[in-house]
Amino acid sequence: MIKRSFLGLAKPRLEYNSVQDSVQDLPVPNTVTLLLREPQNGGGASAIKVGDAVKTGQRLAASPDSAEYVISSVTGSISAVAPYVDAYGWKCTAITIQASGQDDWDVGFGKEPTLDTALKFLEYAPGKPSFRPFSDPEKTIRTIVINGMDQDLLLTANQYVVQNEAADIKRGVQALKKITGVDRILITVPENLVQQASTTGAEVKTVSGTYPQGLPRMIMKNVVGQIVPAGDTLADAGAVFVSAEAVAALGAAFETGQPPIAKVVTVVGKDGNTKNVRTRMGTPLADVLKACNVTINDRDRLIMGGPMRGAATYSEDLPVEPGTDGIVVQDDSDSAQTTDYPCINCGECVRICPVKIPVNMLVRFLEARLYEDAAAMYDLHCCIECGLCSYVCVSRIPIFQYIKLGKYELSLLETAEAAQ
Amino acid sequence: MSSEKKFVVAHAPFWHDGSKISTKNTHIMIAALPAVLMGISQYGAPALAVISFSVACAMIWELIMNLAMGKPFSIGDASAAVTGLLLGMLLPATAPWWLIVLGTFLAIVVGRQIFGGIGFNPLNPPLLALAMLLISFKSIFDFNEALRNYDLGFAMSYPLAELKYFGTAAIAKFSLGDLFMGKQAGAVGSTFGLGLTIGGLYLILRGYVRWEISLSFLVGVFVTALVFNLSDSAKYAGPFFHLFTGYTLIAAFFVLPEDSSSPVNFLPMVIFGVLAGLLTVLVRNIGAYVDGVPFSILLMNIANPLLDKIRPKAIGKVVENA
Repeated sequence: MIKRSFLGLAKPRLEYNSVQDSVQDLPVPNTVTLLLREPQNGGGASAIKVGDAVKTGQRLAASPDSAEYVISSVTGSISAVAPYVDAYGWKCTAITIQASGQDDWDVGFGKEPTLDTALKFLEYAPGKPSFRPFSDPEKTIRTIVINGMDQDLLLTANQYVVQNEAADIKRGVQALKKITGVDRILITVPENLVQQASTTGAEVKTVSGTYPQGLPRMIMKNVVGQIVPAGDTLADAGAVFVSAEAVAALGAAFETGQPPIAKVVTVVGKDGNTKNVRTRMGTPLADVLKACNVTINDRDRLIMGGPMRGAATYSEDLPVEPGTDGIVVQDDSDSAQTTDYPCINCGECVRICPVKIPVNMLVRFLEARLYEDAAAMYDLHCCIECGLCSYVCVSRIPIFQYIKLGKYELSLLETAEAAQ
Repeated sequence: MSSEKKFVVAHAPFWHDGSKISTKNTHIMIAALPAVLMGISQYGAPALAVISFSVACAMIWELIMNLAMGKPFSIGDASAAVTGLLLGMLLPATAPWWLIVLGTFLAIVVGRQIFGGIGFNPLNPPLLALAMLLISFKSIFDFNEALRNYDLGFAMSYPLAELKYFGTAAIAKFSLGDLFMGKQAGAVGSTFGLGLTIGGLYLILRGYVRWEISLSFLVGVFVTALVFNLSDSAKYAGPFFHLFTGYTLIAAFFVLPEDSSSPVNFLPMVIFGVLAGLLTVLVRNIGAYVDGVPFSILLMNIANPLLDKIRPKAIGKVVENA
């Protein structure tokens, strides 16, 4: 953990990890669990039953024309189907597959790059690319940004892909052009990866290695030169962000005719040592930790993602998902503890906020549950969710959590209003 | 999905820079030590008694309020101790015990706890107490009278009082160097300019005090005093005299940048500091009181919420009807 420097006058500078570790390939796990983002009994999930045989690369969905699906990363049979609710209240279905040990590839994936194939098979690719904005007639996408930056501190999975799989990225860029018809494709990388990035055929832009400059909205402002208005999505502003790993997986998929099933994950142990592994999506976290010789005990924290923006989970049986860039294990004694102390108005958060939100006022409104006022007067929706305000808070207020809660409550209100 | 191991879940971020309120307050007290020690070496045991009794009383008042309001104990964060220490530094060494009991009551209970405790006080607690005591018990704060029995080897008259009642001719006997080195009559911890400046710079470098506020206050005092001095140098003292006397330096580095009662945005901090400096010199030169620090800063404290509305536009903010 990076502590406050002795000379506190200088703003803390948190740098992304730019030293990539080599990747260790993990063996095929005995079981994988895939989380389908649809409630078990919501859409008539009858298409998925315990005992069904599945092949590697097979698309599993509640019904054939359902937009939500998972791609089986092993060959075997379904051993359990259970409801699962994720950290933000999404109802999902957890599909557990017992692997047979042999890979028998499904033939449903077409080698021809079309938007339909991308929508049907590639949204479950590592890095969770979204192709829906391209099929949405209300959105005009002018720019695709391939993000070669990692989204959190310590993680290097994405940078590893830029460094070592530039050829796949190049194929992915061509496939993207064909699929979407968008000509302007940028790739944003830290300075040390410019050489590799320049071989991909995308327009290379460098991004500062200081957190949170790698986050999409910061890139939109600093690289693309367009400020995304608060409340709008990136797609509303005409841009789609795809991680470098997703593009590489896309390129490889159309090359081989097999949809992507593996994910590069940065594993960070209690001692802070990082290690990159490539594992099948759906591998239980316990298997990954075991393979990396990382021990975890009661009361420790198991974080999916990075230290600033990740989500702590409660079980090591949970799987590696397409969006899991990192697994961080933090010892009980190293964990940041929050308090219920009030804001003392020191202004550290205001000075570190990358989008100039008056966090000192915002947090007062959020604590009082005045979410609508917080959004109207104190720029709740401008937040890019970097977590720096909580990181520097002298009172140790869980500011980031308050912000997420506020946004969540407002989204509930909006849904309720729309339903009326 | 069950697991034998139980993990602690929490929201991101999982890192923290390690700062704490108690650490911050401890450093403020450390930074105040040079000035306090100088006061104790000059005035001896009475000064030590004033400082210690003030710190103790402040902490006891905080404890009593915690108990009375059924709130968790907050004396561990050391903010009550800092308030007590600062109030002690602002009092003369001859302050009677009941004045300190009353003063710390005003600072902790009236100044902070009735508003909700740490972070909620609209006014600076030690300064609020000082202003109320100053108005109520004027004679105790007449430093010429109070320190009559001390002979420390330099002119034992309060420089600002001399200036107020006898004009610039009376302050010719004070050399700026002596004033800065603490060779002047005054409150226990407010006279040793060098010590206060060292403490203030330490706090600024460690990031515990916002330099914008301290610097703009000093600039405000300096420029206003300079303008007065240029307009009539026979009547008004020079800018350095104002910087090195009274409560100017302790206000700049310890009182004014108190978190809750000061702004956090850049422009408001500058306006806050400059106006507080301006008002201070106005009170000293043409007002009724000898030192303007308590009143000017309390006035600016009241203006703080309004000032802090001047802020940069958040990136991505949608301005309607623009």
